[in-house]
Amino acid sequence: MEKFQTLRSTAVPLPIENIDTDQIIPARFLKATTREGFGANLFSDWRYTSDGQPRLSFVLNDARYGGQILLGGKNFGCGSSREHAAWALYDAGFKVVISSYFADIFKGNALNTGLLPLQVSDEVLQRLFRQIELDPQTQLIVDLPTQTLTVPVWEESIGFALDPYKKECLINGYDDIDFLINQKAAIAAYEKQRPWAY
Amino acid sequence: MGKSLVDKIWDAHVVKVVGDLQVFYIDRHLIHEVTSPQAFDELAARGLTLYNPDQIVATADHNVPTRNQHLPIQDPLSRSQVDKLTENCAKHGVELFGLGHEYQGIVHVIGPELGITQPGMTIVCGDSHTSTHGAFGAIAFGIGTSQVTQVMASQCLLISRPKRMRITVNGELRPGVTAKDLILHVIAKLGTGGATGYFVEYAGSAIRALSMEGRMTVCNMSIEMGARGGLIAPDATTFAYLKGRPYAPQGERWEQAVAYWQTLYSDANASFDAELQFDAGGIFPMITYGTNPGMGMALNGSIPLQVLESESVSFDKSLQYMGFAPGESLLGKQINYVFIGSCTNSRIEDLRAVAAYVKGKHKAPHVEAIIVPGSKQVEKQAIAEGLDQVLTAAGFELREPGCSACLAMNDDKIPAGAYCVSTSNRNFEGRQGPGARTLLASPLVAAITAVEGRIVDITKYLN
Repeated sequence: MEKFQTLRSTAVPLPIENIDTDQIIPARFLKATTREGFGANLFSDWRYTSDGQPRLSFVLNDARYGGQILLGGKNFGCGSSREHAAWALYDAGFKVVISSYFADIFKGNALNTGLLPLQVSDEVLQRLFRQIELDPQTQLIVDLPTQTLTVPVWEESIGFALDPYKKECLINGYDDIDFLINQKAAIAAYEKQRPWAY
Repeated sequence: MGKSLVDKIWDAHVVKVVGDLQVFYIDRHLIHEVTSPQAFDELAARGLTLYNPDQIVATADHNVPTRNQHLPIQDPLSRSQVDKLTENCAKHGVELFGLGHEYQGIVHVIGPELGITQPGMTIVCGDSHTSTHGAFGAIAFGIGTSQVTQVMASQCLLISRPKRMRITVNGELRPGVTAKDLILHVIAKLGTGGATGYFVEYAGSAIRALSMEGRMTVCNMSIEMGARGGLIAPDATTFAYLKGRPYAPQGERWEQAVAYWQTLYSDANASFDAELQFDAGGIFPMITYGTNPGMGMALNGSIPLQVLESESVSFDKSLQYMGFAPGESLLGKQINYVFIGSCTNSRIEDLRAVAAYVKGKHKAPHVEAIIVPGSKQVEKQAIAEGLDQVLTAAGFELREPGCSACLAMNDDKIPAGAYCVSTSNRNFEGRQGPGARTLLASPLVAAITAVEGRIVDITKYLN
């Protein structure tokens, strides 16, 4: 997993609520057996017509918007547990998704992919949508060590929460497997004393 | 303070506490062809082996055709994914119920019916509907592929303890109201993200009265309101269902298991982070009108006229996709496709309910009705009971087991713009094929819709 420290970028606004992982990456693209290449089909049915032409009304096809931060409506990533959704976002160049809340499985998958799910209040999210609509060149600064989202044009820094262990993992590029395979003694000890062995 | 059911099972599986996270032990790991190949590759890339292959069971379900399963899979990508699963299972010594095996089927149908799923267990699978297994009083939840690798390598996950919610449904369900209507009603009240962060325990007399199939339908859709999982305390219904199943404990071991399982319930003074109560009598046959499972209503109800201003963009987008208007009733809408299947409603009880209604009737001429059993065992039982004859005579096409048109990874797709009344779990845009319009409902509503060819108030059609 790649390390994440600080990111300064414009953002792509997608003010839709309950964006499910079937939209992020439709099931018919899940037939690959590797992790690469899912970015090409990110938001496929919103991004392209049935004959493969870009839908100009969709934000990823709108030249005014760009950047490594995606701004999504509340309950981002609901539905299927497919980690391919996080892979597709990452593969398409996104490093951060900002929303007012994330579906649980997506949040875990994003963190395991090196994609930061950054949670802000509903109010901040709506202000961000308005700001970026007003000026698509608005810069955002995400600083993981201080857990702050800074909007220079507002002269404001907003704190965000993240599990301290997950924060260390992202900063250092570690993942849970490294940690878990070093727990074998504890796991073996647990197996000897569990209340019921299935 | 007493303990809740979730806490009892959770505490029995904590290997170690690490700050706010816990090393959490997994008893059973179910895998399938779509979310496991990258996990096996990751394992190999790191030079790791499976912690214990005996705790893993595999099947091919998401991507398989539902016709001619005895022939090689036509789609080269699907074939390669299924072949990869076969190869990985052989190499690592994992038990596989692949195509052609008598136990093959949808992962959340076969686990319970084979007795692999048991009370008090922790069960994971790279599939969000793993919550289904909670019907047996297990902690069961869906995970991503990185976590699949973690469980393969260590039999553990590093996760946080969930919040606890109890949803109590008391009273009796009305005639024609099923477990599917019950859970669609609850999701419509909570919304598609209303239980995010919670593990939900379903309780109350209406839940107790459900069969195991009905309980599985309820727990299956927990994820559709954002819950990490859902579960129901095991009882005599659970034990009777499990007894004698191929992988259930036998003999003396069975007696010991039941004695342990009988301790798995929420203590009278257990505390919950959230509690909700519903009256079973206030639940009516349901249907969804939008593009998430929270957008549901009683069949004879109307689509809301307006929603909160902050939600109006998504609401309008959803209705535009569905071709419906605010305030509209769905009664009388012509339907061209009916899909009966998926891990929500493809069990023998579901097929029986459909067959009981359509016996001696015929589907409307403009309707294409497919019924996909959840497993080879369900298919076998349906044939033994003669349900195949009844369904075929009614114009339904009985297919071979798999996830099928629930997620349309295989050839079973609904055409763009067409309406499909589906017994599956998700009505997301494009879920059943690009542009497809899905209306979620119970098997009974689906059967009546197929016969009438349009949405009707089913209460007038019950015997």
